[in-house]
Amino acid sequence: MIEVKNLTKSYGATIAVNNVSFSAQAGEIVGFIGPNGAGKSTTMRVITCYLPADDGTVTVDGYDVFEESIEARKRIGYLPESNPLYTDMGVVDYLKFVAQVRGVSGHTRNERIKDVIDICSLEPMMHKNIGELSKGYRQRVGLAQALIHDPPVLILDEPTAGLDPYQIIEIRNLIKEIGKQKTIIFSTHILSQVAATCDRTLIISNGKIVANDSPQELALSTMDQQITQVGIIGPHEEIQTKLEDLDFVLGFKQVDLESESTCYHVTSHKDHQTAPELAKFVSQNNWELTELYKTAIDLEDVFLKLTRSESQTQGER
Amino acid sequence: MNNILALFKKETSSYFNSPIAYFNIIAYLAVSAGLFFWFGFFFERRQVQMTYFFRLMPWIFLFFVPAMTMRLWAEEKKMGTVEILMTLPIKSHEVVIGKFLSSFFLIAIMIILSFPIPITLSFLGNPDGGQIVASYLGLLLMGAAYLSIGFCASTITSDQIIAFISGILMCFGMLVIGFVPYFRDFGLESHFGSITRGVVDTRDLIYYFSVIGFFLYLSILSVESKRWR
Repeated sequence: MIEVKNLTKSYGATIAVNNVSFSAQAGEIVGFIGPNGAGKSTTMRVITCYLPADDGTVTVDGYDVFEESIEARKRIGYLPESNPLYTDMGVVDYLKFVAQVRGVSGHTRNERIKDVIDICSLEPMMHKNIGELSKGYRQRVGLAQALIHDPPVLILDEPTAGLDPYQIIEIRNLIKEIGKQKTIIFSTHILSQVAATCDRTLIISNGKIVANDSPQELALSTMDQQITQVGIIGPHEEIQTKLEDLDFVLGFKQVDLESESTCYHVTSHKDHQTAPELAKFVSQNNWELTELYKTAIDLEDVFLKLTRSESQTQGER
Repeated sequence: MNNILALFKKETSSYFNSPIAYFNIIAYLAVSAGLFFWFGFFFERRQVQMTYFFRLMPWIFLFFVPAMTMRLWAEEKKMGTVEILMTLPIKSHEVVIGKFLSSFFLIAIMIILSFPIPITLSFLGNPDGGQIVASYLGLLLMGAAYLSIGFCASTITSDQIIAFISGILMCFGMLVIGFVPYFRDFGLESHFGSITRGVVDTRDLIYYFSVIGFFLYLSILSVESKRWR
């Protein structure tokens, strides 16, 4: 659906996007993450035909965004960063305007407007001016505008920025629901969102893609260590010295959760079968095991690791 | 065509949703009628004709037209809505023409609302009707030319005040060039002057249409400049 090949874009001397290639299939939700200024918005602006690429090609549904811009634009719904809106227009008037330009004609227009107002839960505000709406409702107007022509491709630049947790969950569910049939690329700063919503994560740093995989795979391939949480009832000092002596334990730290048992986060190599060995270790010493599980790897750690190593190599150059 | 119409509707409703349109029209009528009756020595002249009214117009437009065009593009840039507009499946010239037509609609209303002046005159005496109709036609043409220049000024900046002032400067330039020897035919006022005498010459029409075409073309280029590579 979307093919980005060797895309390069610079503003004057700064290279915003450097030789980026990726693709997204129909029905795929791609999460775009990266530090501020990494090139997320620039990439999206090239895909949506707002900015031309310096080099490389982008096609949307087979249409080149530079050569056949109008055809490509017809297939895209776009929510730009910071969600610009005509604040002096009414909600319905604005949607009507976009629908008309989008070629949603005559009798289907009113139906579509009703549909997107439904999908985005805009009913209570539909007769107000956009300027009078709260940030959350404005965001929904932006989304409604992007959905009005039922596009096969949705590009959402930080759709959840500035929303409260309830609204974030709502928008996230909406993206998941819509994403069943459409290709969606969305960018965000909130990493838990990426893990919860998308099929694939693109991490971009300094204009380059540093990772392109599902969130789970990404976590596994990036982190060479795993953390196992174990709760033990027994003498503290003895447990600690004996844990240190185990050869597969790379490190551990005490995390007290309950008073009677002591919890430890044990770090080991990612390929090691840590849990059974820890169980054996506890029973050999005649202590009691209260809990034992492998903790999920935090996407935040993955992100920090990937983007930091990138900026370090940049610094060395 | 459909796109131009959509843009026209959106722009026109946004003119009339805000106080800009009303304010502009009322101020224009007050200033032009005031200048005509008092500072034009209308009563001392004891002549029932509108010539002096029309001769004021190139100077009054200098301020009122850029005030109407300054927001046309600068506001889109400032609010960021230009990103919505330019990612819709609409061609740049359709955007420019739609916006231009809506501002022309506004200025036409403004000009037509000065009708009490010729009506008053017809009570006082016998003004030349044909001349007045021709002058009104000329006024619309000249207004459209000012609009295209003001639009062009609005596309070069995201600041409405800068758009306003550069619009005045550009219109002023096009106006005073007509007072330079040998460049008379390039001035915005010279052609209007011949129309107000009641003669509508094709040369005058061609002049105004080429000014409008040229500055709208510049505006389209300027709007598209982001997409150059």
